[in-house]
Amino acid sequence: MDLTFNAEERAFQSEVRAFIAKTLTEEMKRATALTPSVFSDPDVGRAWQRALHRQGWGAPGWPVEHGGPDWTPAQRWIFETESARAGVPNVNVMGVKMVGPVIIGFGSPEQKNFYLPRILSGEDYWCQGYSEPGSGSDLSSLKTRAVRDGDDYIINGTKIWTTHAHHANRMFALVRTSDGPRQQDGISFILIDMKTPGITTRPILTIGGDHEVNQVFFDDVRVPVANRVGEEGKGWTYGKYLLEFERGSGIASAKLREGLKAIADLAESDLTGRAIDSPDIATRISEVEIDIDALEMTELRVLSALQTGQNPGAVSSILKLRNSEIRQAVTRLGADVIGHDALAVEPMRPLYKLNHEPPTPEEMLTVMPEYLNGRAYTIFGGTSEIQRDIIAKMMLGI
Amino acid sequence: MDLNLSDEQRLLRESAERFVAGSYNADHRRKMANDPLGFSPSVWKQFAELGWLALPLPDEFGGLGGGAVEIGILMEAFGRGLVSEPYVATVVLGAALIARCGTIEQKQASLPKVADGSLKLAFAHSERAARFDLAKVATSANKTAQGWRLAGSKIVVLDGHAADEIIVSALIHDHHGPSGRIGLFMVPATAEGLAISDYARLGGGRACNIELSDVHLPEDALLGDGSDALPATEWAVDLAMAALGAEAVGIMQTLLDTTLEYTKIRKQFGRPLSANQVIRHRLADMAMQVDESRSLALRAALKADSPPVERARAASGAKAKIGKCARFVGEQSIQLHGGMGVTEELEVGAYFKRLVAFDTLFGGTAHHYARHAELGRRA
Repeated sequence: MDLTFNAEERAFQSEVRAFIAKTLTEEMKRATALTPSVFSDPDVGRAWQRALHRQGWGAPGWPVEHGGPDWTPAQRWIFETESARAGVPNVNVMGVKMVGPVIIGFGSPEQKNFYLPRILSGEDYWCQGYSEPGSGSDLSSLKTRAVRDGDDYIINGTKIWTTHAHHANRMFALVRTSDGPRQQDGISFILIDMKTPGITTRPILTIGGDHEVNQVFFDDVRVPVANRVGEEGKGWTYGKYLLEFERGSGIASAKLREGLKAIADLAESDLTGRAIDSPDIATRISEVEIDIDALEMTELRVLSALQTGQNPGAVSSILKLRNSEIRQAVTRLGADVIGHDALAVEPMRPLYKLNHEPPTPEEMLTVMPEYLNGRAYTIFGGTSEIQRDIIAKMMLGI
Repeated sequence: MDLNLSDEQRLLRESAERFVAGSYNADHRRKMANDPLGFSPSVWKQFAELGWLALPLPDEFGGLGGGAVEIGILMEAFGRGLVSEPYVATVVLGAALIARCGTIEQKQASLPKVADGSLKLAFAHSERAARFDLAKVATSANKTAQGWRLAGSKIVVLDGHAADEIIVSALIHDHHGPSGRIGLFMVPATAEGLAISDYARLGGGRACNIELSDVHLPEDALLGDGSDALPATEWAVDLAMAALGAEAVGIMQTLLDTTLEYTKIRKQFGRPLSANQVIRHRLADMAMQVDESRSLALRAALKADSPPVERARAASGAKAKIGKCARFVGEQSIQLHGGMGVTEELEVGAYFKRLVAFDTLFGGTAHHYARHAELGRRA
């Protein structure tokens, strides 16, 4: 057993560091640091996706024949860790990490040829049409309906919590094409051009003051049958496959560590009157740091298993849950560390383009929005309650 | 980067698990709980034959040159059976201190005997007034014409009653008074002026308090050259905490397995307990905490040879968090067993008590969060 990287891996680490140092501009870094929502704004995220693509690193998890870099699990770990350390923007994960793997796994050759290069290059920007107002945790009860009409489906219904629907030019959606004996039957996986007539998008402001999610309405939206991925009625299987990617992409500790570091820096600074001098704050920083250490080790254990072709097993179902809980602990700590400044509200967005003096120092501008928006971490992608159901079933067999 | 077990490590785990499953059961544990020695000498002999006593000792002194990871593998298996042999006292603490601090002669005199099972050790360090502060030692060692004179009291010496030699820490006094240096002294169990009062330890095994009333020792009773032994003591305790953390993981895993089985069998309101979501979620939380503990115990072991601050933070982090998880898993195991959980009839309580002992030993969760924070600030 060895926690350190071998010479080859260290060389790769240097390569990643050099690439980031050369490519990541101060503006991108500042914009990312001052983004209190889950995803970077597309102008920032897209620029980074293009840079990664030019380097051949546009889709770390994809097979080589579709443009993946053919990295080992350890290399992916190094890439994600170095990216988090440097504070790079988030790319459009709905494209690269969600719909991409589904198209690769279940799409037609035409779909692969058309969509995959556009995801890699950042030309397409994707959003995810899963949740509906009546279907949250009970996702397969969804009611948005696609009715066959010649070579088209006609779609009616609504999707909600759609991240970046207002930026995206494409959506992948689960829609009901028939009513099966079980509610999971009769769901299909459809790719939708967001410019299609009949689609309207309504913004939803979250409690941190950010516009990240939306409700999307479909009124007789005509989508070619050729845009269906895989078989009609099998969408639930594909959708679940995707959720596995969403939950178990598995390298979250590095980002959490950077988040905690920013809070610890604030706590050690005169800006907060050295909050760290309070034993309670100092101890809580340690508590969260140790939680991150544990998560990181679990990630590395999963990665080691993958590296030698073993199935890491149900342990990966823990990762999403712990990641979201620890992230909330970090943001909660942040809110306590900044003290009275927690009361100041800066309503303008984006925070990296303010044309006035903000009410708090820039270093703490995102702390409260992150804490407030961060309540969503234990809700999206399957609530913590659903995750515990999954752990009980997968790990414990009950 | 590779956290998979090597073939040797896998074999070690399998043989340890097989041994514990075959030799340890409820009857054996009950017998040991009422035994004045608290463990079985014939099991100790088998430990020697299996090479476990030699496992972490240096090759040149009859050891196998294993490390903290191998100790952890063994200890996790020990936890599953609630093993009560003095392994931590003799091998993880005692032999490690000799290997680190002793002169070649001292190592040659002791370590091969530890390896073959003929020498049992204990480490007497804690004092009542020091609480968990390893640097606070009032027991004194005065230089005499023939050697040393030790005086003072130690508490909760793990397995001290069974040790042939006790390693006692004491503040070295020279002719100017206290030197500020802590020395480690090999005190034979038979030494004149040494009084041992032993008692049953919470969760199995035994411990003792000792009184040293002018115990006279030869010159070479002092381990090494007399330089301050505090760094070595911190190192040994960090290693012991990593080892005990692995043992706690084994204990927690057994409690989780047992409790899970029980909730599947036990029926109330016409259905198994596990059919209730509140029970399933509790078990999910327990499983998660066992796994986090496993990660942290392994991490502490892997960082055993890191620079002191990094090693100490990993050890304290593991101790703090595993202690917290252990209390949760232990208390919930009792809760989910209902009334039977609080009886001596079920072994759930025995496993729980060993976890409580673990959490307390060398300082509890709050102490180690604070130590972790303090070390982080200095770093």
